[in-house]
Amino acid sequence: MALQLDARPPATPASGRSRPARTGRLSRIDAKYSPYLYIAPFFVVFAIFGAWPLAYTFWVSLHDWDLLGSNPTFIGTDNYTRLLADGDFWHSVVNTLGIFVISTAPQLLLALWLANLLNRQLRFRTGWRMTVLIPNVTSTAAVAIVFGVLFGREFGMVNWLLDLIGLDGIEWKSDRFASWVAISAMVDWRWTGYNALIFLAAMQAIPRDMYEAAAIDGANRARQFWSVTVPLLKPTIIFCVIISTIGGLQLFTEPRLFHSGTNAIRGGPLRESQTLTMYMFENAFAPYYNFGYGSAVAWLLFALIAIVAAINVLIIRRLGAGARPRVGQRKGAAR
Amino acid sequence: MGTFPRHRLAAVALAAAGALLVSSGCSSDDAGDGKITLTVDVFGQFGYEQLYQEYMDANPGVKIVERGTGGNLDEYSPKLTQWLAAGKGAGDVVAIEEGLMVEYKANPDNFVNLLDHGAAELKGNFLEWKWNQGLTADGQKLIGLGTDVGGMAMCYRTDLFAKAGLPTDREEVSKLWPTWEGYIAVGEKFKAANTGASFLDAATNTFNTIVLQTAGNAQGYHYYDTGDNLVVESNPAVKQAWDITMNIINAGLSGKYGSWSEEWVSAFKQSKFATIACPAWMTGVIEGNAGPEAKGKWDIARVPGDGGNWGGSHLAVPRQSKHQEEAIKLVKFLTSAQGHIGAFKAKGPLPSSPQALDDPAITDATNAYFSEAPVGKIFGAGAKTLKPVYMGPKNQAVRTEVENAVRTVELGQRNPDQGWQDAIANAKKAAAK
Repeated sequence: MALQLDARPPATPASGRSRPARTGRLSRIDAKYSPYLYIAPFFVVFAIFGAWPLAYTFWVSLHDWDLLGSNPTFIGTDNYTRLLADGDFWHSVVNTLGIFVISTAPQLLLALWLANLLNRQLRFRTGWRMTVLIPNVTSTAAVAIVFGVLFGREFGMVNWLLDLIGLDGIEWKSDRFASWVAISAMVDWRWTGYNALIFLAAMQAIPRDMYEAAAIDGANRARQFWSVTVPLLKPTIIFCVIISTIGGLQLFTEPRLFHSGTNAIRGGPLRESQTLTMYMFENAFAPYYNFGYGSAVAWLLFALIAIVAAINVLIIRRLGAGARPRVGQRKGAAR
Repeated sequence: MGTFPRHRLAAVALAAAGALLVSSGCSSDDAGDGKITLTVDVFGQFGYEQLYQEYMDANPGVKIVERGTGGNLDEYSPKLTQWLAAGKGAGDVVAIEEGLMVEYKANPDNFVNLLDHGAAELKGNFLEWKWNQGLTADGQKLIGLGTDVGGMAMCYRTDLFAKAGLPTDREEVSKLWPTWEGYIAVGEKFKAANTGASFLDAATNTFNTIVLQTAGNAQGYHYYDTGDNLVVESNPAVKQAWDITMNIINAGLSGKYGSWSEEWVSAFKQSKFATIACPAWMTGVIEGNAGPEAKGKWDIARVPGDGGNWGGSHLAVPRQSKHQEEAIKLVKFLTSAQGHIGAFKAKGPLPSSPQALDDPAITDATNAYFSEAPVGKIFGAGAKTLKPVYMGPKNQAVRTEVENAVRTVELGQRNPDQGWQDAIANAKKAAAK
């Protein structure tokens, strides 16, 4: 885009001289404004489906707004003050963060390891690469329902296997930590392969000669991985972490469908695995229909994601900054 | 969790959904062959298929489509609320369950006032309290006409009872449990026989049955008094039902299959419990869940305690319907005595029309699935003297909290006292939301 724009100005005065002034003005206007027109579709769609709902949700969150009621009353920040003192809200924040940590950390490490394996000379390499993506193309709802059944208390396969090796069955749905683990397993099953492919793509962009240089320096495979691959994957890792953060904190379908029956939106009798988005739904829709309160939850979720993403970036920057000079030093020493 | 593509997907999905809405909006206007399509939104089993056919035969210009058959009320009601809030998406006829009626009545303008369309003359076709449930507090607007009432009974597995050495004949079984104490005593015997099945499915459903009984037989309200004050804590009827339920749990009779969950359905299929409190409409649910293999293994006895009513619905016409006149006509047809009888024959919901209740088609009805039990007599007997329970503004949310407290005790997460404290505290919180 930028290149094209740079190339254009010399053409405009030339055409201005040979054609009537009006055309010149038109083409100047064209040159000046049409780029905006070209990028407009994204922004128009974003304004309709992104910015407007965001603003409207904020407006709703300032009201006592019954979903069916005809005249909401403006109550300022009341919903927010009530929410900050709401134990169930903080409980769902802890659940969300807990599930996020339990699922994301092993997921990204596993993805990195998988990508590293797939990056080697393997037989049926394309086949393997396609296989890791299969969980990702299955429907989330189907996955959640199947996992919900697998982790059943009495009829579930997981408890059956535990029973076979002589262990007691686990209350997967009404034990807080157990339900986090079960939901994390579901999330990881689905997204590890996807992240592995992104890592793989980035790995292939790393020049071979860097590995050769490292090998000449006497670095073994593990050393090459940690000192060459990982530092050079830094931007990709940041991308994956941020994307995982957003997805992890917005987790809804998996925990919602993991539970079934009456009042599944609670995520267990004592809200064992109720995530923030589920709490938002419970308040905005059934059984409370308190649209204003639900909208306030949505905005605090937004704030939470922003904070966690910022922390993520800081941590990863630190790590990356620590790793990079070491590579440089190594190289320098070799020369 | 690549939300980036998910994000984009969501945008595409939204756009597609928008397009669908537009196109379905067009298609609902007419079916392409000059016919009007009426959409009926229901949950569970209303048993209307045959009636639709009759109606379509009599009215060739109308095509009827039912949505949501077999679905869960918990999933249906938020959808309906969203449709009403959005002003788009609801069917031309919608079912409203009695526990939610109060909330919908609070905003009557979402629905056509049936009194403006000659419904007043139909009053005699319904039990009085059923009629009144559809009426707004000021009596000026009628938003729904009654379908069924939930007369209560106890459904049980004859094969499991035989295995436990208990009587299997419905008369004898009924005599075993005149009260809930009697029911618990039978349960203890059943448990001692080690059949591999539990005595009952889940304490939550049983609790709801008991509380509707104790409240109906006392002052006629449970969670809210008739002045719409929350009285969970002070109402002796609620505490009494709570205590009976705790005794059931303490006796270890519950299979703890959370009602309407996947496990609950599996437990039906695998014959994992012997009894379930069953309002008339539950018979259709049991048949659907337990499947044809269990035909003839179920039977119906009278409910322990005395009477009670659980559930039952109304049919309403949302104001957003494009075919209000036709929809009102259909509602009147489905809620006529003939409509009630047809639904009862198909799926078992008990009529709320006194004429239908007296009709031989009901009084002589038996249910083949339930060992030819005389369902008409069992459920119909108490229907006209049913004592309804008043339901306050946040009834559904409060009920959810109290039943959830029962569930935590049942699962051993709370002891009965803690559970009761939770129930009171959470009910207050829910009512304030």
